[in-house]
Amino acid sequence: MGKLAIRILSAALLAASFIPTASAAEKFIIVASTTSTKNSGLFDHILPLFEKKTGIQVRVVAVGTGQAIRMAQNGDADVLFVHHRPSEETFVAEGFGVKRFDVMVNDFVVVGPDDDPAHIAGMTDAAKALEKIALARAPFVSRGDDSGTHKKELALWRAAGVDVVQASGSWYRETGSGMGATLNTASAMQGYALADRGTWLSFRNRAGMRVLVEGDRRLFNPYGVILVNPERHPYVKADLGREFIAWLISPEGQAAIGTFRINGEVLFKPNAMAVTH
Amino acid sequence: MTDFGSALGAALSLVVRLDPDLAEIVLLSLQVSVGAVFLATLIGMPLGAAVALFRFPGRTAIVVMLNALMGLPPVVVGLIVYLILSRAGPLGVLGLLFTPAAMIIAQVVLVTPIIAALTRQVVEDLWTEYEEQLRSLGAGPGRALTALLWDGRFTLLTAVLAGFGRASAEVGAVMIVGGNIDHVTRVMTTAIALEVSKGDLALALGLGIILIVLSTGINGAAFVLKEAAQRRHAG
Amino acid sequence: MTAPSTLPVSTSILPLEFYRVSFEAGGKRLIKDLSCIFAAGPSTIILGPNGAGKSLLLRLCHGLLKPSAGQIIWHGAEGRDPSAHQAMVFQRPVMLRRSVAANVDYALALRGVPRRQRRDMVAESLTETGLSRLARHPARVLSFGEQQRLALARAWALMPQVLFLDEPTANLDPAATHTVERVITAIHAAGTQVIMTTHDLGQARRLADEILFLHRGRLLEKGPADAFFAGPRNDLARAFLRGELLWRRPRDDTSDQAEKTENG
Repeated sequence: MGKLAIRILSAALLAASFIPTASAAEKFIIVASTTSTKNSGLFDHILPLFEKKTGIQVRVVAVGTGQAIRMAQNGDADVLFVHHRPSEETFVAEGFGVKRFDVMVNDFVVVGPDDDPAHIAGMTDAAKALEKIALARAPFVSRGDDSGTHKKELALWRAAGVDVVQASGSWYRETGSGMGATLNTASAMQGYALADRGTWLSFRNRAGMRVLVEGDRRLFNPYGVILVNPERHPYVKADLGREFIAWLISPEGQAAIGTFRINGEVLFKPNAMAVTH
Repeated sequence: MTDFGSALGAALSLVVRLDPDLAEIVLLSLQVSVGAVFLATLIGMPLGAAVALFRFPGRTAIVVMLNALMGLPPVVVGLIVYLILSRAGPLGVLGLLFTPAAMIIAQVVLVTPIIAALTRQVVEDLWTEYEEQLRSLGAGPGRALTALLWDGRFTLLTAVLAGFGRASAEVGAVMIVGGNIDHVTRVMTTAIALEVSKGDLALALGLGIILIVLSTGINGAAFVLKEAAQRRHAG
Repeated sequence: MTAPSTLPVSTSILPLEFYRVSFEAGGKRLIKDLSCIFAAGPSTIILGPNGAGKSLLLRLCHGLLKPSAGQIIWHGAEGRDPSAHQAMVFQRPVMLRRSVAANVDYALALRGVPRRQRRDMVAESLTETGLSRLARHPARVLSFGEQQRLALARAWALMPQVLFLDEPTANLDPAATHTVERVITAIHAAGTQVIMTTHDLGQARRLADEILFLHRGRLLEKGPADAFFAGPRNDLARAFLRGELLWRRPRDDTSDQAEKTENG
């Protein structure tokens, strides 16, 4: 089996060497990030500016926060860019990351069908709103994928005193997939969902859904960026990664984030300055 | 559903505009799948032919295994290749994760059993017909193997096409090991998955239509060639 | 034969001796304790009704089958590989999915004949079998008779010392049979020992110098063709020549006893 593996590998390498990809760029880093940043179009807005300035290509692999962190723990990414502060702090504390920097915030919103069977429209207490959904046994579609959004949602259910594990499969439905897929499901089931505002605003298949609850402080959604520890993983492109992080939290990078809008709405509020100064 | 109408519109406009991003994605898709099928053919055909020709202990087990592996779930293959190519994995030093090479490797793993299993079937049938004649002419195992592969070439094209169909249609493996990185590892299927997750179902379906048209075209062309050649040689 | 021979001019690998050879398959003894010698010279025809074991005998000679018991010895081989000096034509011609010429060329390539020499040898063997016109045609679209001639051309090109033919005209019409027989005679005249099976008595009369009569896996009679056709010593052979159906069981003996219990 070993021999075969080596044959496959060497042959594949040979073939790969013939592939003239557009990505002949020598200088590149891999950023493990979340679907919310990628699907919203933020990266498409800011990365060309960075690449133009530094010549460093940023390759974004967008997965759930949980998977992104595991990817970084394996050393398969140079920079981690996610949105679940407790996990990020653990990641640094365990020595996988060098240091966490604040980059930007946006917020979560509870979206749901126009006719709003649980009558939560306009509420500002997210936990109370979820409680009403549970009482109404109205369909709620959860990410269920250990992502930052999923973790946030579970925290809100705990605050509401609702045991969703019990309800799983009845009115509480876990898709186990990304934000977009979950919103597609919610829209098809006319159910409620917790979504990050960025993905929601750029989401096209809203089909009779709207934002019902927003503005709760607990819906605050900070993004952090961390260089993967090069002492732990010697392959990490520490210098290029540092350059990217430095740019993100620099006035220039922050301005780039602040000017990204969808339908005139700012999606991510830069907040690096607030912390670094 | 207006989605189908707007999907057709999206597909048409992408094609008519010769959208450069689309062209890049289509090109990379073809490179990855064709590359993977090419390598899988180099490995799978001799392997399948050898299993057809030689009698050795454990042969039945290998035949059963090859047939079973034809249905390998792409996600599982992706995960295994990911774990092997990960920096934390045994081949991490090569730094192949999130490159087209990684996608090719994953697809080679997916496609090789298909080509090997179908080749075994074709070669075994041909061997029943040829065995006495080839042995009479003094062909050793190696010469017999190449003769059978050559003489079965038209039928074996079907095996290659089956492999190509599998490679170009799967999303699970390339998504995991490629990462769907824009301009680097984004292929037709991962682009479709991305558009679905953005809720842009029309664009996703539009891309899907282009993928279907492409693979139908390739299969159709190969089929016509094969039929013509096979008729000429009377099977 | 005018073609330049690539085979070393050497003494024949014959005679071929069968010493108490038996062959079993599926628990049945299909060739029973057969001993005989095939010497160089006469064109030998193996006669017998269907199921007598004629094809098996030919395959044992050619080495396609290994005997279950006994020995098969090429006395003239003297350390040479006897299989390199034999060829065989089957009842159903096996045509490779290539052109007529490529079918012959492939056989020569397998014997290690250099490419330059192969061209002439291919051309000559196709001329001798009347297939030159079809050289570029795919072999599998030829008529059955043409395919059998191509099988002969392929064997001819190899210039074997011994050519085995297994019912080569069994499926052919008289005209095609005639052509094939002419080629066989020519091959024999060129110095190749011909050992052939048939159940066509007329063909045996036309081609045979020597007859082996086989029945139910046993060699019942072996001798010059003239003598055999004039009056075989064996009564089963006599019945066969008269065109009777040989359906009755032979005399019981120990080995047939075994067969009987297996069949029962």
